[in-house]
Amino acid sequence: MINEESEPLNLKKLQSGDTEELTKMVQQYSDPIYRVALRMLNDQAEAEDVLQETFIKALRSLENFEGRSNLSTWLYRIAVNESLMVIRKRKPEISIKQDDAGDEENEGISVSQIVDWCCLPESEFLTNETRGVLADAIQKLPENLRTVFILRDIEGLSIIETAQALELTETNVKTRLLRARMKLREELSVYFGERLTEY
Amino acid sequence: MEKHLHCKEFVDTISSYVDGELSEELCAELDKHLSECDNCRIVVNTLKKTIDIYHQQAEREKVPDDVKERLFYRLNIEQFRK
Ligand SMILES: [Zn+2]
Repeated sequence: MINEESEPLNLKKLQSGDTEELTKMVQQYSDPIYRVALRMLNDQAEAEDVLQETFIKALRSLENFEGRSNLSTWLYRIAVNESLMVIRKRKPEISIKQDDAGDEENEGISVSQIVDWCCLPESEFLTNETRGVLADAIQKLPENLRTVFILRDIEGLSIIETAQALELTETNVKTRLLRARMKLREELSVYFGERLTEY
Repeated sequence: MEKHLHCKEFVDTISSYVDGELSEELCAELDKHLSECDNCRIVVNTLKKTIDIYHQQAEREKVPDDVKERLFYRLNIEQFRK
């Protein structure tokens, strides 16, 4: 979710170390990079570290950026990789294993919650409690599904951009996206289904 | 023999359906299924809503000022001037 109105950056200037242009790049991309790190890690201090490391890496390797993908896709990739490194450094029991189901199959998609909670008042979706539930649900996703959902659905990248950022095929992105979305839908349906009984 | 679309097949394509990425023909078939199947309609609507809520929540989220300040301090962009 890069601010559409922001001016395009000049790659030549960036690569020649133009401080004004580099500052603009950091200004434009710090919000999305921080959001991705926070969704990946659910920890503000760790997200701040990832934010800093991402831009340090980016500034150091801008020279080698060949422009085969968008600058934003490239930055997202660095941020996701930095986040994954933080997760790996955590104690093993905290990190969630990859989703075991193969990428090609849609096994393990469960649809057990059939509650229509869309009609809840909008204010229900904005409470701090809901915020916590959303964050917890994302943390329960295996990392390979979490990354896809964050880039595609939270940040609004296209399937192709998500594939480039994560170095996956488009088919893999789609398969993982389906699984991630359905798992989150189940989780939210349990929570909002209960809220529904209070109306 | 008419091929009838079942809920299971619907779920397999639901993600692409929500993204509007299916062929017109398949889309029409799914629309038809949705008009007849309450369960799948609920699943689609709550799936769309799930995506919406996550997206909207993030849209309003900015880096806190102190975090940004520390970022620029740490980066010391001047040092990258060639
Ligand atoms: Zn159905």
